[in-house]
Amino acid sequence: MIMVLYPLIYIVSASFSSTKSVISGEMWLWPIEPTLDGYKAVFEHHLIWSGFLNSLFYTVFGTLINVIMTLLAGYPLSRKDLYGKNFIMFLFVFTMFFSGGLIPTYILVKDLGLLDTRWAMLLPGALAVWNVIITRTFFQVTIPDELLEAAKIDGCSDFTFITKIVLPLSAPIIAVISLFYAVGHWNQFFQALIYLKDPQLFPLQLVLRDILVMNEISLEILPDVESAAALEGLREKLKYALVVVASVPLLIVYPFVQRHFVKGVMLGSLKG
Amino acid sequence: MGAVNSKEYVKVELKSVTYVKPREKTTIQKLKQSWRLYVLLILPLVYLALFKYAPMFGAIIAFKDYQVSKGILGSDWVGFKHFLRFFHWYDFWRVMWNTISLSFYQLVASFPLPIILALSINYVKNQFFKKSVQMISYAPHFISVVVMVGMILLFFAPRTGIISNILVLFGFADINWMGKPEYFQSIYVWSGVWQNVGFSCIIYLAALSSIDPSLHEAAVVDGASKLRRIWHIDLPGIMPIAIILLILNFGNMMELGFEKVLLMQNPLNLRTSEVIDTYVYKVGLVSEAANFSYSSAIGLFRNIINLILLLLINRMARKAGQASLW
Repeated sequence: MIMVLYPLIYIVSASFSSTKSVISGEMWLWPIEPTLDGYKAVFEHHLIWSGFLNSLFYTVFGTLINVIMTLLAGYPLSRKDLYGKNFIMFLFVFTMFFSGGLIPTYILVKDLGLLDTRWAMLLPGALAVWNVIITRTFFQVTIPDELLEAAKIDGCSDFTFITKIVLPLSAPIIAVISLFYAVGHWNQFFQALIYLKDPQLFPLQLVLRDILVMNEISLEILPDVESAAALEGLREKLKYALVVVASVPLLIVYPFVQRHFVKGVMLGSLKG
Repeated sequence: MGAVNSKEYVKVELKSVTYVKPREKTTIQKLKQSWRLYVLLILPLVYLALFKYAPMFGAIIAFKDYQVSKGILGSDWVGFKHFLRFFHWYDFWRVMWNTISLSFYQLVASFPLPIILALSINYVKNQFFKKSVQMISYAPHFISVVVMVGMILLFFAPRTGIISNILVLFGFADINWMGKPEYFQSIYVWSGVWQNVGFSCIIYLAALSSIDPSLHEAAVVDGASKLRRIWHIDLPGIMPIAIILLILNFGNMMELGFEKVLLMQNPLNLRTSEVIDTYVYKVGLVSEAANFSYSSAIGLFRNIINLILLLLINRMARKAGQASLW
């Protein structure tokens, strides 16, 4: 419990403390000599801003595509009367266990001309089979066959049934899979790493990687530094502040949506 | 609306007249009957074909010398050349060993802890405490890989990181954690456990809550201790799910942590941190003389091993009379 919590608190405190106290180990739980320098540096960094907006874009539109695709696949597969259902399901599930691999996928994206466009972030992951399975299970459980039969007798076609009955009933599952997808998009960095070259398109995670992991902070973004030591110090602070800034959006939303996540995991286990 | 209704009504009437003896419908009829559902499936299936099955077909470049100008089909066949090159590579065994030991370490370390956590949460009576424990332990799951690795680097940084500071405080020598190959695997695995233990226990909690409470009541009446109840009631109750998760983890064991490994890698710890996936990535996309075919061959080799592993484990689980994936 404390083991889980402590690193989180430490990061937040460190981001507010003065560099000296963090580096020397004086600061261990609560902030010492609180400052906002780290955050100032974060918000003055133009790539972080554009990264933030890009991530937002990818998350919103990516999730939209994902949800539509997943519903399109999930509903028909939940229907018992769909001829060839098992075969189609196999086509889906097989891709969970075997794939062409990194390079063939890369060549494909390149040949489609998606390289270095926003589409490269949206299309290759337009659908996750695991979420299709969850959705399918949800429909199987919540929409009884009798409902469909009754609607059919009343002269309802599949399309009308879907728009009038299935969709209104599927709000919970849409919430669940949107969350799964949105978190995935927000945290996605590898696709961006291999498909994107233009820094203007970079999502936040890729910008973060350059700063946190590769330690590449361009000097001009750090304001009025007198010495190399101060520069080093500001760098470290910037990192702590960045960690906080990057995680906060998810952690703020998280307590409200946690319920749905739990539900989603349970739906997954139902079939699994 | 009314017109449509009456039409449908007539149809139903007709059906009941013609099919006095219910007959099996032909395939065509079945297809026709639910054509609307197939229409819905078109987009997802196109996606699968394009982004999943086309790359599988594209993987044949592993048996060719891929040249951009000639394309996938036009390039020359070279048989198993790239596979042999990989097997004879001087670092082949080391990379294989790194991959296998890392995933095995991870599997063993991350399997029992969520179960233990779930069992203990399950016995907490205080609802508020229970909820907050759950809340906090799920939270790290949502931290992205990049941020996670950033945190690791900050904590384990020599001189400035908190771990170094604590060590120095107690009079130990400072260690460059990320630069020592022997620590790489442990840092990787245990940070992963830290991040995911809470989230993985959700599924066990669900399984535990579905255990019939009368079993527990009966056991309490018979004077069974908590430990006995855990051992004889709870554990058998969550066993099927545990085994399925284990199978799934085995199936994914060679790919999941790739991004994290890549991010945690540095020239100093390369000796233990180079795994098949990172090597595929480097050969295919990073190195100056990017070799698509060689890289695909290694990737394909790994995927096939993965598939075989999964099938084997699943069969073993089925033989042992436990749940299986299919």
